[in-house]
Amino acid sequence: MWKWLHPYASPEKAYQLSTTLFPWFAVLGFSLTLIGTIWGLMFAPTDYQQGDSYRIIFIHVPAASMSMSVYVGMAIASFIGMVWQLKLADWSAAAMAPVGAVMTFIALITGSFWGKPMWGAWWVWDARLTSELILLFLYLGVIALYASFEDKVVAARAAGILAIVGVINIPIIKYSVDWWNSLHQGSTIKITEKSAITNDMLYPLLMNIFGFGLLIGAIVIMRFKAEIIARSGMRPWVKTMALEGENK
Amino acid sequence: MQFDSLQAFFNMGGYGFFVWCSYGITFGSIGILIYLSATQEKRNLKHIADKLKRDERLKAIRRNKNESKA
Repeated sequence: MWKWLHPYASPEKAYQLSTTLFPWFAVLGFSLTLIGTIWGLMFAPTDYQQGDSYRIIFIHVPAASMSMSVYVGMAIASFIGMVWQLKLADWSAAAMAPVGAVMTFIALITGSFWGKPMWGAWWVWDARLTSELILLFLYLGVIALYASFEDKVVAARAAGILAIVGVINIPIIKYSVDWWNSLHQGSTIKITEKSAITNDMLYPLLMNIFGFGLLIGAIVIMRFKAEIIARSGMRPWVKTMALEGENK
Repeated sequence: MQFDSLQAFFNMGGYGFFVWCSYGITFGSIGILIYLSATQEKRNLKHIADKLKRDERLKAIRRNKNESKA
């Protein structure tokens, strides 16, 4: 496997691979999200308890699950970068952090707009909400640490340590609704048993989860490419690209 | 289609404000993120090109100085 992977450890090859992969992620992610959102807003049945306010679920759950998945991805990348001194892994972690932060922000805001009509409060200091807020601060910490050092090898190490330590927060978020008495409802989608949701609502929700995932993949690819360029300014292929871009 | 009219669709059974604010903020912030991410590479390349040109200019100045000395 290492023999096969090795050529992609070169920034130029990784850049080219990203360029090849990007349209697939972008087109699939965009279409899935579009279909899932329209389906969820217009065609999914009204909830018998929450009325039409529940339609926020079609963006709230995808954003929240992506906020956690991206964090795990970022921590794994940081770990690989630290153990095997792979710069590309560090750069991909740096590309993921802002995207994850935006997803966390969306999860919190949409949750707030869902909580107000259903719970009667914009915010409660509940286990699920508080741990998700901590996730946002972890992301902001990682972004700030990475930006704080001129030497990006040091920056990636500092940000990486925070990212890896912060992983402890992920199971806390995930199981907060089971471990503590929470105002937040339990998981709707279950892998091992039947989901607590009708298929008419489940399908658009799943479409949006995959759609968000692919869309985020596309955004991370764009940021990853930009990061490769920024870190490889002294390489001839980047110099050529930069000067060609100027002359256009 | 779950709604009888466009009006009912925007009204969202009385929850229109909460639903549309959520969707607006979500796709608004994703839109901003996409814009910033899509233009980042170009900005980085411009930065590198500017630096290369600056170095080139400095080199040219130094060369001229040396020539005038000789």
